Amino acid sequence: MASGPREKFDNNVIEWVDSRLPIFTMLQKEYGVFPTPKNFNYFWNFGAILMIMLGIMIITGITLAMHYTANANLAFDSVERIMRDVNYGWLLRYIHANGASFFFIAVYIHIFRGLYYGSYKQPRELLWMFGVTIFLLMMATAFMGYVLPWGQMSFWGAQVITSFFSAIPLVGEEITVWLRGGFSIDNATLTRFFALHYLMPFVIAAVVALHVWALHVTGSNNPLGIDVKTKQDTLPFNPYYTIKDSFGVLVFMLFYVGFVFFAPNVLGHADNYIPANPLVTPAHIVPEWYFLPFYAILRAFTFGVNLPILIGLAITAFAMKPFFSNKTKEEINLKTVGITFAIAGIFFLIGYFSQYQLESGETMILGGSFISAAFIDAKLCGVLAMFGSIAILFVLPFMDKHPVRSARFRPWFRIATLLLVLDFFVLMVCGAKPAEGFWVPLSQVAMLYYMGYFIIGIPFLSKFEPVLDLPDSIHQAVTQGKTKKSVKKKA
Amino acid sequence: MTDTPQKISDNDKKEEPTRRDFLYLTAASMGAVAVGSIAWPLVNQMSPAKDTLALATTEVDIAPVEVGQAITVMWRGAPVFIRHRTDEEIMKARSVKLADLRDPQTDEERVQKEKWLVMTGICTHLGCVPLGQKPSDPKGDYNGWFCPCHGSHYDTSGRIRKGPAPTNLVIPPYEFTGDTVVKIG
Repeated sequence: MASGPREKFDNNVIEWVDSRLPIFTMLQKEYGVFPTPKNFNYFWNFGAILMIMLGIMIITGITLAMHYTANANLAFDSVERIMRDVNYGWLLRYIHANGASFFFIAVYIHIFRGLYYGSYKQPRELLWMFGVTIFLLMMATAFMGYVLPWGQMSFWGAQVITSFFSAIPLVGEEITVWLRGGFSIDNATLTRFFALHYLMPFVIAAVVALHVWALHVTGSNNPLGIDVKTKQDTLPFNPYYTIKDSFGVLVFMLFYVGFVFFAPNVLGHADNYIPANPLVTPAHIVPEWYFLPFYAILRAFTFGVNLPILIGLAITAFAMKPFFSNKTKEEINLKTVGITFAIAGIFFLIGYFSQYQLESGETMILGGSFISAAFIDAKLCGVLAMFGSIAILFVLPFMDKHPVRSARFRPWFRIATLLLVLDFFVLMVCGAKPAEGFWVPLSQVAMLYYMGYFIIGIPFLSKFEPVLDLPDSIHQAVTQGKTKKSVKKKA
Repeated sequence: MTDTPQKISDNDKKEEPTRRDFLYLTAASMGAVAVGSIAWPLVNQMSPAKDTLALATTEVDIAPVEVGQAITVMWRGAPVFIRHRTDEEIMKARSVKLADLRDPQTDEERVQKEKWLVMTGICTHLGCVPLGQKPSDPKGDYNGWFCPCHGSHYDTSGRIRKGPAPTNLVIPPYEFTGDTVVKIG
């Protein structure tokens, strides 16, 4: 990577290595003197925290694998043996199990940081997409890891998640059997999940390398979201950010270690200490907390796509068309757009309530079952929406055309994004509750906001949110205290 | 075709396929065949193995199951419900209008002997085991089975009536090998 002219090192051994493989030159360039914006806040600690977490998970994971047995008859007992008999086995397992939760806490904050400060925007689109890829790989890894103890939640979680694929039309059933390696979740499923659970962290590490590589090409974003212009705007990474990152990592570790030693099972489910039983479903299957928002989106679909909803979707697409075109904000007639949305909304309501009627068996007022019956059923819709809610992050950089990055200078985007955070927590609660009563419509509203934020909100704000005056440089903003919304609106 | 010098040189550039092109194509296609032939074993090893497939039938003696009782047996690692239905349950299952069903199927299509309902005990939504086998279980709004995971209600013929599941509980292939013996699979 680092080639070309090279400064000599004083230490003879280092110099001997570096002249043959310039690894020390590379480290010095990328982590020593690397110019880093000088206005980072603590949100910028989470990249380093995530690196540490990945390391902890790989090390504890490899040691656990030395004692774990991937066999449907032995897995549960081998985990209990790790807890009771293996030297420090309990510690390694609690570090690993709680590590998954804290890995996700860190990654959610890291993703929020990217969203809020516009780090996904030009020129960091590819960097962001690698990040979303890592997030997806993490989810797959965490899911397969949770299956390994072969408790009741492991087994039934695997049952529910592999069943997602049976929603695929025509070949769904075959794909599910292929994934499970049998007609039900069994030993074949466990052994392949173990193999993949062991493999995936190394794939993640490889994508992290690409993520960091891309970061070191563009350089970091910063809380102001403006580009680095001169040397005055930056600090060398070492010692300024090595120290700040170390401090952040230590504070994070305090919480993590607190859970490991004082509340190691709080984030898990008691049901998973019952051995897997294919004949008894736990009363309430709940995924781990970090999957709850997506689980809520899956379950929000008590309805499918029928004729009125399809028409509603088509009208929505039509209404959104100008926002994806080259039209300026003056050329878009908001009144027309509003009316079009209202019409789409009416179709959605008809589609929704006619299915509700069909479901509850009440008298039909809104047409026969031909109109109200869903041709894309609720299950497939739920699965598509759940995967879609993550897939949409991939295209986010191309939907948001607003020239300003940071939410500090985007008052509308700021409110919408903070509401999205709230919405995420609402979905999380809905996902944990049984799918009945009040929680169903609440999760549907929360799901609508999540989808609306990306599909309607972001393109709308791209065109209509006023562009504020930005500080001239990071240096100027930092020295004059102009880091908050003290800038006036552009005349 | 005019014969200006320019045109002629253009024509010259369009080379005829040579023996070398043929070699490239042949080598590339042989390579594709080789990759495909090793890719398939790598993919197919994940499909059910022969011993898994060999467990494909189960024989059950249903003589001890009284009217109104139900038993659960394992077939291919999954539960199969066998219910000895009461006359009232049969009547209820047969009096339903097909238009009211999400996955229209008559009760006659779902049983071989009307007293015995044999079906896979796996909710067609996301694969949980519905409740309703034990007398103490909740049986849902239609007095059949109720899936506790996402709230699907099945009737006394195992047909989906309410909730997120898209289709009726699946009827496995089975036959009565004797008066009171069922072979599933």
